Amino acid sequence: MQSRALPYLLLLPATLFLLLFFLYPFVLVAWQAFATDEGVLTTKYFDKMISHWKFEKALTYTLLLALVVVPIQVALSLLMATLVASMKKGRDIILYIWTIPLGISDLAAGLIWLAIFEQTGFLNSILFSTGIIDEPMTFLGYQDKGMIFLAVVLAEVWRATAIMLVILVAGIGLIPKEYYEAAQVYGANTWQRFTKITLPLLKPSLQTALILRVILAFEVFAVVAALGGTNLPVLMGEVYNRQFELQDSHTAAAFAMLILLISIISTVFFMWTLRTPKEASL
Amino acid sequence: MSTAPNMVVGQSRVARWAFNGSVIVLCLWVLVPIYLLIANALSAPSEVTQFPKKMVPSFDTESVEFFLYFNGVGKALWSSVQVAFLTMVMSILIGAPAGYSLSRFDFRGKNAFRILVLMTRAFPLPLLALPMAIMFIRVGLDDTVFGLALVHTTLALPFAVLITFSLFSGIPIELEEAAWTLGCNRLQAFFKVIFPLVLPGITASAIFAFVVSWNEVFAAAVLTIEHRTLPAFLLQSLDVAPLHLKFAGGAVLVVPALIFIFFVRKYLFAMWGIANR
Amino acid sequence: MAEIQIKQVAKSFGKFEALHSIDLTITDQEFLVLLGASGCGKTTLLRIIAGLETATSGEVHIGGKRIDHLPPKDRGISMVFQNYAVFPHLTVYENIAFGLRMAKLDQAEVDRRVNRTATLMHIEQLLQRYSGQLSGGQRQRVAVARALATEPDVILMDEPLSNLDALLRMEMRAELKGILAESNTTTVYVTHDQVEAMSMADRIAIMQGGDIIQAATPVEVYRNPAAHFVGSFIGNPPMNFLPAKKVSDGLWTVAGAQFDGPSSNKNELNFAIRPEDLLLSDNGPLQAKVTLVEPLGSHVLASCNIENNLFRVVLESDTSISRGDVLNLKPMPDRVRWFDPDNQLAV
Repeated sequence: MQSRALPYLLLLPATLFLLLFFLYPFVLVAWQAFATDEGVLTTKYFDKMISHWKFEKALTYTLLLALVVVPIQVALSLLMATLVASMKKGRDIILYIWTIPLGISDLAAGLIWLAIFEQTGFLNSILFSTGIIDEPMTFLGYQDKGMIFLAVVLAEVWRATAIMLVILVAGIGLIPKEYYEAAQVYGANTWQRFTKITLPLLKPSLQTALILRVILAFEVFAVVAALGGTNLPVLMGEVYNRQFELQDSHTAAAFAMLILLISIISTVFFMWTLRTPKEASL
Repeated sequence: MSTAPNMVVGQSRVARWAFNGSVIVLCLWVLVPIYLLIANALSAPSEVTQFPKKMVPSFDTESVEFFLYFNGVGKALWSSVQVAFLTMVMSILIGAPAGYSLSRFDFRGKNAFRILVLMTRAFPLPLLALPMAIMFIRVGLDDTVFGLALVHTTLALPFAVLITFSLFSGIPIELEEAAWTLGCNRLQAFFKVIFPLVLPGITASAIFAFVVSWNEVFAAAVLTIEHRTLPAFLLQSLDVAPLHLKFAGGAVLVVPALIFIFFVRKYLFAMWGIANR
Repeated sequence: MAEIQIKQVAKSFGKFEALHSIDLTITDQEFLVLLGASGCGKTTLLRIIAGLETATSGEVHIGGKRIDHLPPKDRGISMVFQNYAVFPHLTVYENIAFGLRMAKLDQAEVDRRVNRTATLMHIEQLLQRYSGQLSGGQRQRVAVARALATEPDVILMDEPLSNLDALLRMEMRAELKGILAESNTTTVYVTHDQVEAMSMADRIAIMQGGDIIQAATPVEVYRNPAAHFVGSFIGNPPMNFLPAKKVSDGLWTVAGAQFDGPSSNKNELNFAIRPEDLLLSDNGPLQAKVTLVEPLGSHVLASCNIENNLFRVVLESDTSISRGDVLNLKPMPDRVRWFDPDNQLAV
């Protein structure tokens, strides 16, 4: 059997594909951001990006959203994962229910929460029926950015906690139950077992989940589009506007570089802060 | 899967209630919003904008029918299915051999490839749509189903590689070796012994690739005009479409995904569990 | 004082009854081994004492206090797990200190105890390492040190040596026995290895199918098995059994020879003798045809056939015999045991 060449042959299509459609395009987009159509290096697209009146808002809202959404998701997914782990009956069905949002697109998630928050939506209907308000309120109007922000936070937490949950459940599954028993024998209560066994041993999974989730948070787009339209500018929305509406692919590329930059910074941050020494891993 | 600490001792009634209570609340948190969307979709257009709204749908199909016959929807649906199907086929055909190679061989460069795959996780992939738009114009793939499928395959391929890697790793090489000693060549051994064993898992990862493409909005919206997929269509009509159209569209987007996730639920953890390491 | 009393403890998992009403008292500072094949219920019983499993019914008392409703930490026990359960994210020092920190001892005392137990287990130079940097034997030592550090009344051990290689196991066996004897704790030790049980235990409780068949000193268990199962389980090679028919009261015929035996109202009994309790003698009453000879160095093991029953004999290493020979064997009279074939118990 042509064993020496075989592994490379099998790997070839995937490698070529990723080089051509993943690495090369990233070089291309960087070139777009830094060079004119004539191939002259320039920073003018970045200047254009920064000087745009929406730039600061888009950057702030994007970072703020990640800052609010991700910690809630960490707490919630840890709670769900530990609940699942101590479940005896019904574990499968509960897990299925909790992972449903994994299959739902961000646009659909935005529409789902639109059904709740819009003027004739369910939230208004409930508030009205129970007599808390006298007439429907405008939650998602342009005057009330705070409310749009809250709706986006809820929609994001609702939609994207499942991905962290799945990673954490898989991670908890790797922790041998003898560790919990030993901790129990030596006096750790439920909370102490969580902080002294689960959390430290889950650190690699938590790291993966955080890296993945924060990058996705920086890509927030369709949820915002569905709930706030252009009232709540975010970076990805600006990329879309530049590219699609304004046909200004250079500035779009500059925005893309910015998203890439904050993604890389956050990845490096989590790689460093949540690193596990090899000898201390499971 | 592990069973966590078998807390038999000292579990109070209060703890039991808190436990069950949290589980139920969290289930409702997930299910109620979906119910509300579907309730909207199954109400007549007039009921959707009626105030206050009823919590129970009237099971009127007018909204859905209106949506399905709305100009461009049928075409968008067809494009979505085509793109998702192409993505599914390509990511498995390209990803599975790589997964097999990683699980069965030790060779120079193996690590480099793993890093390449893991790198895709640290990059905001929808941004690929920007350079691809330029690339596709050059090669004449702009605004085509196939072009978009290529971008979606980039999104789905890393999953396909990692999932198939874990599937193949879960099958002892001895099974294959036994087949070799019994007269199979490598290819025969694969198709007679390994393939039947991994088929359910491969199917799951194919479905997953389908869902990734079905749900993707950004690249679809940037790369297609004539061949818009359903999410791209919905995104671009957000400003103009009436509410009942949005909700019916949302429901049409959600329901297939719900069913698909149900079929792959067993594999979700294998996928992400390995993606961990 | 930490006497353990197990009273009518039963456990079922669904329809499967893992333990039927176990009664056992383990005296203070005793080293008791629970011995049995896998699935006999020995680990379940240990975990019930630990509080990691709740009994379906029955009571467990330690030091005169009923503890079966208490969580493990309030039972005054520590435990060594089969896979050691040395926490991978903590150093050896912090592993040993884990229980002490949970008990909120001050740092000086933690230090003192960690160092003392680490020295005792000869791992003082490993204190700053992580579990991933240790060999199996070293992990084992850490697990034991961690168990000793809390100065428990009772130490529970679940097959602690089963993951070590044979040589290390023998070494640790002797060392553990010495250390536990020094420590004044009561030890319950689960194993499926009879050599381990014989060499370490003050008393062995032999379990089968969720029952304790016999609980006695190693010599007693070996010499006077309470049941057919014990005789065939303990000893390598195991006890020989031959059917016996009653001739008259107290006189039995076994393979054509007559033996004095117990008076019984049964007409048939099983005659039993250990392979090393037979002498070659011209007037030996048992005729055994040799089917296999295994020279084992210190002795020769001959497998024979007596009326289609397998019958093993351990002979001096210089005995020259070969396949097909017929041996005349004389059982040592005080070593012959009798079992009731119906209830399998000793007569």
